[in-house]
Amino acid sequence: MFPIIATAQLGPGVKQFEITAPRIARKQLAGQFVILRLDENGERIPLTIKGSDPSRGTITLVVQAVGKTTAQMSGLEAGDAILDVVGPLGKPSEVERYGTVIVIGGGVGTAIALPTATALRDAGNRVFSILGARTKDLLILENEVRAVSDQLFVMTDDGSYGHQGLVTDKLRQLIQLPIDFVLAIGPVPMMRAVADVTRERKIKTVVSLNSIMVDGTGMCGGCRVHADGDTKFACIDGPEFDAHTVDFQVLAQRNAMYRAQEQEAFAKWKEQHA
Amino acid sequence: MPNTIPNKERIKLPRQHMPERDALTRARNFEEVNLGFDPALANVEALRCLACAKPSCTRGCPVQVDVKQFVARIIEGDYLGAAAVIRRDNALPAITGRVCPQEEQCEGDCLIVKSKKDSVAIGHLERFVADYERATGKVGIPEIAPPTGKRVAIVGSGPAGLSAAGDLVQKGHAVRVFEALHELGGVLVYGIPEFRLPKEIVRQEVDVLRKMGVEFETNVVVGKTVTLDELLGEEGYDAIFVATGAGLPQFLGVPGEHLNGVYSANEFLTRINLMRAYRFPEYDQPVYDCRDKDVVVIGGGNTAMDAVRTALRLGARRAMLVYRRGEEEMPARREEIKHAKEEGVELCMLTNPIEMIGDQRGWLTGIRCVKMELGEPGADGRRRPVAVPGSEHVIEASLAVVAVGTSANPLIQSTAPDLKTNRKNYIEADPETMRTSKKGVFAGGDIVTGSATVILAMGAGRKAARAIDQYLRE
Ligand SMILES: Cc1cc2nc3c(=O)[nH]c(=O)nc-3n(C[C@H](O)[C@H](O)[C@H](O)COP(=O)(O)OP(=O)(O)OC[C@H]3O[C@@H](n4cnc5c(N)ncnc54)[C@H](O)[C@@H]3O)c2cc1C
Ligand SMILES: Cc1cc2nc3c(=O)[nH]c(=O)nc-3n(C[C@H](O)[C@H](O)[C@H](O)COP(=O)(O)OP(=O)(O)OC[C@H]3O[C@@H](n4cnc5c(N)ncnc54)[C@H](O)[C@@H]3O)c2cc1C
Ligand code: SF4
Ligand code: SF4
Ligand code: FES
Repeated sequence: MFPIIATAQLGPGVKQFEITAPRIARKQLAGQFVILRLDENGERIPLTIKGSDPSRGTITLVVQAVGKTTAQMSGLEAGDAILDVVGPLGKPSEVERYGTVIVIGGGVGTAIALPTATALRDAGNRVFSILGARTKDLLILENEVRAVSDQLFVMTDDGSYGHQGLVTDKLRQLIQLPIDFVLAIGPVPMMRAVADVTRERKIKTVVSLNSIMVDGTGMCGGCRVHADGDTKFACIDGPEFDAHTVDFQVLAQRNAMYRAQEQEAFAKWKEQHA
Repeated sequence: MPNTIPNKERIKLPRQHMPERDALTRARNFEEVNLGFDPALANVEALRCLACAKPSCTRGCPVQVDVKQFVARIIEGDYLGAAAVIRRDNALPAITGRVCPQEEQCEGDCLIVKSKKDSVAIGHLERFVADYERATGKVGIPEIAPPTGKRVAIVGSGPAGLSAAGDLVQKGHAVRVFEALHELGGVLVYGIPEFRLPKEIVRQEVDVLRKMGVEFETNVVVGKTVTLDELLGEEGYDAIFVATGAGLPQFLGVPGEHLNGVYSANEFLTRINLMRAYRFPEYDQPVYDCRDKDVVVIGGGNTAMDAVRTALRLGARRAMLVYRRGEEEMPARREEIKHAKEEGVELCMLTNPIEMIGDQRGWLTGIRCVKMELGEPGADGRRRPVAVPGSEHVIEASLAVVAVGTSANPLIQSTAPDLKTNRKNYIEADPETMRTSKKGVFAGGDIVTGSATVILAMGAGRKAARAIDQYLRE
């Protein structure tokens, strides 16, 4: 059992958890994730480790409630525990001193990008960050990202905060400056759009792929993606890949594989917890 | 009572048939197919044994179970004694009695086969005494030697890891098993389905090990969560046995393999066995809904048979097995092929997939195949299948499961550069001492040999336990 020792609501449907997992806390590097299972009947889902505190033996996760398991998890509080947590999985982010970098976070992708943004900044890069959200209330972790950025830009679809528009609108402006590296983490359409913008200028761009996983150790092949002209397993070869080599169409299609079952499970769960 | 039937008469007794669940009923549920011998059947079957002076059955068994002795105990009605004889060489008899390829091992070498008669049903008898022992709750806990003060870490809880753990703890060492998944048993729990090996049996075997003092820690991926050097260093282990198996799935490399509805056998079976997706939505993990769909499984081994029979049990309308050689050449156990055919699995032999075809939304609709014929023998001595020109055809299916083999689990090797591996990334270990190139680190099972069998993995685990014990006493 992995006890939850603190929680915080970061925004509507987005919750942060601090969980005791000393082995994982000792090893975690930016870009890595855990796979957890809430209880005996639960499924295994991957979540990125936002940060860890080896001295306290804790890791921090940020979860957006999008379906049954994430909604169920969002109901947990300090004092509850999670049955299984395994990690840190995946390759850590490749952090170098690139020069000037842009970090783009969309939705809960902001939480996933934050540890790598911090590492990029610590490696001596100049960091511009762009956060995107549908509306002001859905923006998360703004202050934490600001703290590791030389400049932060916020884009909202409805203009309720920051500038109105998409993250790619701001990206197009910023790449008028010499940019050495772009990291984009968020919904698949956003990552694909970012890749299209930076491709023309041949700016090295990395995305974190959220494919459907089971074991997270390379054993099932369910997380396979098309990247670098080959089939790769996101859990051991990734989750970060060169955006210009990723087939986003295949990713989006495979992520929709269980939509009917997901909706059934979520509806049933909502009924029971109404 | 000793066997008083003369040998000429014994050899005339027919091999006793294993009672089975009705084929059409069992094809729709996950209940165990084989029901097991009762004492009467076991007794008749045991009477068939010739009690040979030089029992070749034992030589055919990878761990040299003393078959003649345990069969004699059955005739005496001493079933617990029979179980004790098996346990001297085989720690998991309820499992091997069910899944060993006996026809190629103990039974294949049984002397009766030389007289063109059916061998003694050694596997069924082994299962019988193991089940008897479990049912009476009298599984003997072997004596544990006084503590040696030495600590051994075992990586992986498949048959190799479990049997090494049992032997090492008996010798008085402190043993801790680290497992990446949340459940213990390796392929026994995530691969082999409930209808061939009930998970309860694996759980009971693990409990026996716990009672003997073995500690287990799940959710630890060695190489990621902790490295070999850390285990040997700050965690204070004196030796490590690496038994991580060969779980990396291979795909065909044909166009369209990314389509929705195409699985590796590992993923399909893991979702169903480990995650219990066949009981969705009671269990959360989903699996493709096979009900009234056509399913194709590609391959000819035990894994392919398990996948295709599982698809039937999930309600598939047609469950087809596509294999590029003929039925005779299939590496799967004969019993499994027979069971599968009885249940309604269709065999499409001498057929090779060349493309997965999908619809606009990216879902599989069919598999383009060519017919094959067997040509000249290849380097392995098996006749090589070659494509028949102009034989292209499409098999319609909305689910395909690729079961064409696996390769080495990679995570330990990638974080321990001083651990020597071969070209295919299997760990190199001395076949006798099980030592690797890294001091204090031993390896065995599928991670060394490539995909093999449960009993070979167990044999490797036992050998490693002896070698590690010796190393710790040096
Ligand atoms: C490497 C990685 C890191 C991730 N990090 C985070 C994170 O830090 N915070 C966060 O909120 N989310 C993260 N996700 C996404 C998260 O795993 C899914 O939102 C979650 O699995 C949804 O489960 P559900 O039952 O709540 O929803 P469901 O209704 O089951 O699914 C909603 C959507 O989530 C995806 N999904 C479903 N099951 C899985 C699965 N087993 N594995 C992966 N994706 C799945 C599918 O695209 C699906 O359409 C990450 C995913 C990956 C692969
Ligand atoms: C579907 C299927 C059906 C089969 N049917 C039969 C049969 O009927 N008869 C037969 O004799 N054989 C059968 N086999 C083969 C047999 O199961 C294997 O040969 C045997 O299980 C190998 O044992 P092992 O202990 O070496 O590895 P495994 O059983 O593969 O166990 C390895 C364990 O190590 C864990 N692990 C891997 N990496 C790490 C890590 N880095 N850290 C921690 N843990 C790790 C894995 O999660 C796994 O639990 C079958 C195999 C499959 C896949
Ligand atoms: S362990 Fe397997 S091969 Fe050996 S006697 Fe038992 S069933 Fe036969
Ligand atoms: S070889 Fe066959 S007949 Fe002879 S002892 Fe073994 S099981 Fe009995
Ligand atoms: S999640 Fe199973 S191989 Fe990546």
